[in-house]
Amino acid sequence: MTRYSAFQLLRQGFAGQTGWGEAWRDPVPKRRYDAIIIGGGGHGLATAYYLAKLHGMTNVAVLERGWIGGGNTGRNTTIVRSNYFFPESAALYDLALRLYEGLSQDLNYNIMLSQRGVVQIAHSEHQMELMARSVNAMLINGIDVELLSAEDVHREVPLLNRDPAARYPMHGGFVQRRAGIARHDAVAWGYARAANALGVDIIQNCEVTGFQWQDGRVVGVETSRGAMQAGAVGLAVAGHSGVLAAKAGFKLPIQSYALQAMVSEPVKPVLDTVILSGATGIYCSQSDKGELVFGAGLDLYPSYAQRGGLPTGQTIVAALLDMMPAFRSLKLLRQWAGIVDVCWDYSPLIGPSPVAGLYLNCGWGTGGFKAIPAGGWLLAHNMATGRHHPISEPFDLHRFTTGRLIDEAAGAGIAH
Amino acid sequence: MRLSTGGRIDRSTPLAFTWDGRAMTGYAGDSIASALLANGVKIVARSFKYHRPRGIWGAWVDEPNAVVDVVWQGQHDPNARATLVPLRDGMAVRGVNAFPSVSFDLFGAIDAFSQFLPAGFYYKTFKWPNWQHYEPRIRAMAGLGRVGHQRDTRAYETRHAKCDLLIVGGGPAGLAALRAAAAGGLSVMLADDQPALGGSLLTDTAEIDGTDGLAWVAAVARQGQVLSGTTVFGAYDDGSYGLLEARNHAPAGWGQARLWVVRAAKVIFATGAIERPLVFPDNDRPGIMSADAVRRFLRGQAVLPGRSVVVATNNDSAYATAHALQEAGASVVVADARAVPGAIADGLRVLPGTVPLGTGGRRGVSWVDLGPQDGARRERMPVDLLAVSGGWSPAVHLFSQGGGALRWDIERVAFVPEGGATVAGSITGATDLPTCLAQGHAAGLAAAGGGDLGAPYSPPAPAAGAVLPLWQIGTSRRRQWVDLQNDVTAKDVGLAAAEGYRSVEHLKRYTTLGMATDQGKTSNVNGLALLAAATGRSIAEVGTTKFRPPFTPVPLAALAGSRFDRLVAPLRELPVHHDHLALGAEMRDYGGWARPACYQQIGEPVAAAIAREADNARARLGVFDGSSLGKIEVHGPDAAAFLNLIYYNEVANLRPGRLRYCLVLRETGVVFDDGVVGRLAADRYLLSPSSSHTAGVLAMLQAWHQLEYPAMQVAFHDVTAAWATFAVSGPRARALMQQLGSSVDVSDAGLPHMAVADGSVQGVTCRIARVSFTGDASYEISVPTGYATALWRHLLDLGAPLGMMPYGIEALSVLRAEKGYILIGTDTDGMTLPVDLGLDGPLRAKQVDFVGKRSLMTPDAKRADRRQFVGLLPEDANAVPAVGSHAVAGPREARRSLGWVTSACMSPVLKRSIALGMIEGGRARLGETVELFHLGKISRATICAPVFVDPAGERLHG
Amino acid sequence: MLLLPCPHCGLRDEPEFSFGGEPAIRPVPASTVDDATWADYVYLRQNEKGAHREIWCHSGGCGQWFVLTRDTVTHAVIAP
Repeated sequence: MTRYSAFQLLRQGFAGQTGWGEAWRDPVPKRRYDAIIIGGGGHGLATAYYLAKLHGMTNVAVLERGWIGGGNTGRNTTIVRSNYFFPESAALYDLALRLYEGLSQDLNYNIMLSQRGVVQIAHSEHQMELMARSVNAMLINGIDVELLSAEDVHREVPLLNRDPAARYPMHGGFVQRRAGIARHDAVAWGYARAANALGVDIIQNCEVTGFQWQDGRVVGVETSRGAMQAGAVGLAVAGHSGVLAAKAGFKLPIQSYALQAMVSEPVKPVLDTVILSGATGIYCSQSDKGELVFGAGLDLYPSYAQRGGLPTGQTIVAALLDMMPAFRSLKLLRQWAGIVDVCWDYSPLIGPSPVAGLYLNCGWGTGGFKAIPAGGWLLAHNMATGRHHPISEPFDLHRFTTGRLIDEAAGAGIAH
Repeated sequence: MRLSTGGRIDRSTPLAFTWDGRAMTGYAGDSIASALLANGVKIVARSFKYHRPRGIWGAWVDEPNAVVDVVWQGQHDPNARATLVPLRDGMAVRGVNAFPSVSFDLFGAIDAFSQFLPAGFYYKTFKWPNWQHYEPRIRAMAGLGRVGHQRDTRAYETRHAKCDLLIVGGGPAGLAALRAAAAGGLSVMLADDQPALGGSLLTDTAEIDGTDGLAWVAAVARQGQVLSGTTVFGAYDDGSYGLLEARNHAPAGWGQARLWVVRAAKVIFATGAIERPLVFPDNDRPGIMSADAVRRFLRGQAVLPGRSVVVATNNDSAYATAHALQEAGASVVVADARAVPGAIADGLRVLPGTVPLGTGGRRGVSWVDLGPQDGARRERMPVDLLAVSGGWSPAVHLFSQGGGALRWDIERVAFVPEGGATVAGSITGATDLPTCLAQGHAAGLAAAGGGDLGAPYSPPAPAAGAVLPLWQIGTSRRRQWVDLQNDVTAKDVGLAAAEGYRSVEHLKRYTTLGMATDQGKTSNVNGLALLAAATGRSIAEVGTTKFRPPFTPVPLAALAGSRFDRLVAPLRELPVHHDHLALGAEMRDYGGWARPACYQQIGEPVAAAIAREADNARARLGVFDGSSLGKIEVHGPDAAAFLNLIYYNEVANLRPGRLRYCLVLRETGVVFDDGVVGRLAADRYLLSPSSSHTAGVLAMLQAWHQLEYPAMQVAFHDVTAAWATFAVSGPRARALMQQLGSSVDVSDAGLPHMAVADGSVQGVTCRIARVSFTGDASYEISVPTGYATALWRHLLDLGAPLGMMPYGIEALSVLRAEKGYILIGTDTDGMTLPVDLGLDGPLRAKQVDFVGKRSLMTPDAKRADRRQFVGLLPEDANAVPAVGSHAVAGPREARRSLGWVTSACMSPVLKRSIALGMIEGGRARLGETVELFHLGKISRATICAPVFVDPAGERLHG
Repeated sequence: MLLLPCPHCGLRDEPEFSFGGEPAIRPVPASTVDDATWADYVYLRQNEKGAHREIWCHSGGCGQWFVLTRDTVTHAVIAP
């Protein structure tokens, strides 16, 4: 693997950029792996990388139905943050953020982590009180957040609607400074390249059609490119978790919806942070190319279509313009959607499935991207050891039977 | 330069405009692009990455370069496509993303380092010390136009329409379809994005049905609803389409864009085709243009973009441009890549088997090298215009968005729609007028289900020669551009393939090919053909990237339509809204209603007003507008049994005329709402959900009735808006009620606490409920909404001598906090079970299988350490703890949350601070002191029962 | 924009409707079933890709709740 560096780039510049090797191989599938991960998105590729790097398992395959990073990893609005309400969630998402903070170096691939801060705004005194409740919870959980006055927020986001008679007047907000955005494709590609370098087989255009069983235990998978045996199988197929679970014979507390995302035409820098509104659910940031990237609520009916409808799209745009009236002169460049597997309590499912030999990493809802390093790290731990890590334990599927949910929507009033 | 005759411009209407501050003139009928060309402007933009000088390539939606900043009549468009915006008098047009100007751009120096900045270079560097070290400078370089504080204040309109058939595209095929479908009796809408109908007939004259093509267009256009200047930008579910009508011809001030949402039973895509560039060395210089665009500018706006012209092509279509240029007086040479050129070369100088091998020129193309593909020979020709045609890509964007499948057509060298019924014209790969007319006619007839109308007739065209697939010319080290706006070269495509980015989507994302504001309309097919060659696959195997809305960028303000300012989510107003305002009410949004938070006297701070209102209501008398409180009537012989299945509390044993405070749960056991349930008669109940939950409770009742208990005879009616309700509360409440003049006996015996009675006041039907949310004796008087103002003013008149003051929600919140009455959504959240509120009686006593019951029996619901609703007495009686403070345990470095403060205030009765909260195992900790954490500061409070005032409830009886 | 068949009002536009979940058989009597059976009813979903049985309410219209089968890939209503 050619190491990526400014020096190499310079050297290759003189050599006509012809000396870069493949970022990952296109291997012929083997008949047997120690571990197979279904799903070549960020979570699946990260799982393979941590299996190889931390658990010494290199006879590992990642099976991807299409092209790696082509699901929600490549369709989201790239926000990373760990400002969650419950200590269980804070531990999970802050593990992810801490891993993100060193990821460009760890993977030798610039994932463009931009810790530009995420500002969430409140529109009434009641929302400010709820926000105080969240901020205090986060401070107790050790997360770096600050409550902001209305003036503080205006300093962070000068173009924000300042009209006191606005439908959603701005009363203040809070910020997590370590939060921000990252280049979503680069996360998938960086993990893929690093996992490949450790010997992991990344197999694209390979659809899993069923499971192989022995004594009620999953011992392999059937695929469009032949059967493969595996010591452990991990499921990291956001947007398709229910489909694969049905093939394995169980149901999940998940409903799949389309979540729209949109970008505007690129403009010169106008927004230096990520901004969210609890009232409308809108979130917006400006990409390094200058496009405004934004989204809000779900299209509220089950969908596997990866496209959004016009009514929800119009609502999202209206919410954006209410928050940022200056954007009225911009144009929508592209509208698309990802399929999000929304778990009942807006928290993920990590750990053993109801079937032996098969492990879950799913149900991230609208927030999977920010969790990629942790999702991979914890699924790798589960698959390699057969046991929960303390951080993943509360996110076991069993919580729906005991009733001990981790309801982040109830806790924080927002669940992106 | 502008020709002295011809074109569809109005030479009697000159339009003054500026380009980068220089005064110029165009004519009505010009686009910004044609006006710039007519004024000899070569460089209109700089490329995104290397700041290469770029000129106008196209004449339509495909234009990759000419993105400009336009200010007209105070309205600002920071990223206007010069080819799509009609020129207006007084427009100020500027180049973007260059310093000091696109004509002379200091950032152009970057181009010298391009060899070190290949596709995706940023993934390989900028990692030390971290990305943010570099990001601000890179961001400053990116972006096209600028947005400022200035606000687009135009109001945009949205229209919804239905039709039998929507035809997209008003060229010959679309119009032929309109003619046939309209004759078959269909209601037809036709949308065409150009200012004038006719498509190719605007550029190339033709005879149809024995008349001039444009006369035929005008006749056909009358047969349906035709929207010109209207872009169909998106194909959505179930035959719905998003349209943007530009309304460019509307008078100043009336010209804002209009969004249409059209539901069409059937659709015909006659969207045309887009000319592809050729990929050859240095193919990006200003003055290298689409051959089709050159002809459009020539015929449409009488603009001749060059006098010494080479036309380079691999197909027949560019010959029309060559002829047109020659007729306009230019000297023309045709370089045809094919060994055997087309049969329409009469009078032209044609070099067969010849392609452009390279170009030169500092500010625009000044020469082109021509020769065979292998570069064995080359001849340099001086030119000021190089017109290029690399074949045609059908505009399949909408067809594909709508779910249509595409097929690579080897003969036509294009992705064409699979299946023919909904497409017509050059979108199918057709290249001649008779075929386009015939296809349109057939599609229109098919949509109408047949008919005996004959097809429009146009004289047959000469047989077209084959297209030569030609994806990359030569192996020169000079750069060959694929995506002009985003600066993606053929070599970048090769690099991506070599590095493993071999999916067409990986190619796009890694190189940014097709991700610019033109969304790759000229670059996609060339890019994926190069990828196919680099990876040894066929173009069909590589496939296309996904087509997404919008087809062309849509103004965000048009999408939002009327939904801005207050109309983003309109607030409901109370029947006596204006009376509240006259009393100094501070109106706020509570659950979607504008309600008085408090009534400020002149110079009085909000906090003082709240305290005054609360004190007065406790000591004397207050009046409160409760009209937004929900009122759902439930009728039917099974009303009691049904409600008993829904509500947490027992409601079937309620006697008529009595009220009971009840909770309603979700099936998860979580408290959804609270409210008073009243029984008006054996078969008739009145529910009072909280203001923000009325619609939700009604929907829940209907769902459970219709889906789970359909056999029960019960009906629901939301009468919230039909009644205005005012509550009078306080020690003098009964004194006021006795003066009201109602027919209801309001004595404690006649109408005890938690009783309701119907009667009349001043001859008007009224309902009086004895129910209290303050802890004092209270009466709620409801009258039909039309009498709201009369009753409100009557109450104020009667109350004045008794010292009555109106109180708002904030004072009410104080009064109920003293009593420990919960506020849904404030003291509860999506985790609260009734047992957490100390309300476990019904769970133990009620036999019926009510909604949510089973969820109260899970291991988690039975945990002793659940957060429970308690009171908190702060150690500092003068300090109100912040709502949202957490009770914490453990040492400073390992604190753990025990729960939080949900309400807090100064108690008017106790004259000290009080709070309510949800605390882990709280009921077992009464008397314990806990630490309260707020933003790093600690205070202390003692846990107590959540009733601070009158625990025995004696004040309720007045 | 979906076009959905209200049993009372006929085909109407998506913004008039609310999605109400999957139809599920409520265990009766609920109080006697075990935790797992109850959790299955309250929380677990079929969530089919393709033909999907689902409940809708014509909430912006007549208030009728109804069940339909809809394709979650194409969004087309298959059967009312």
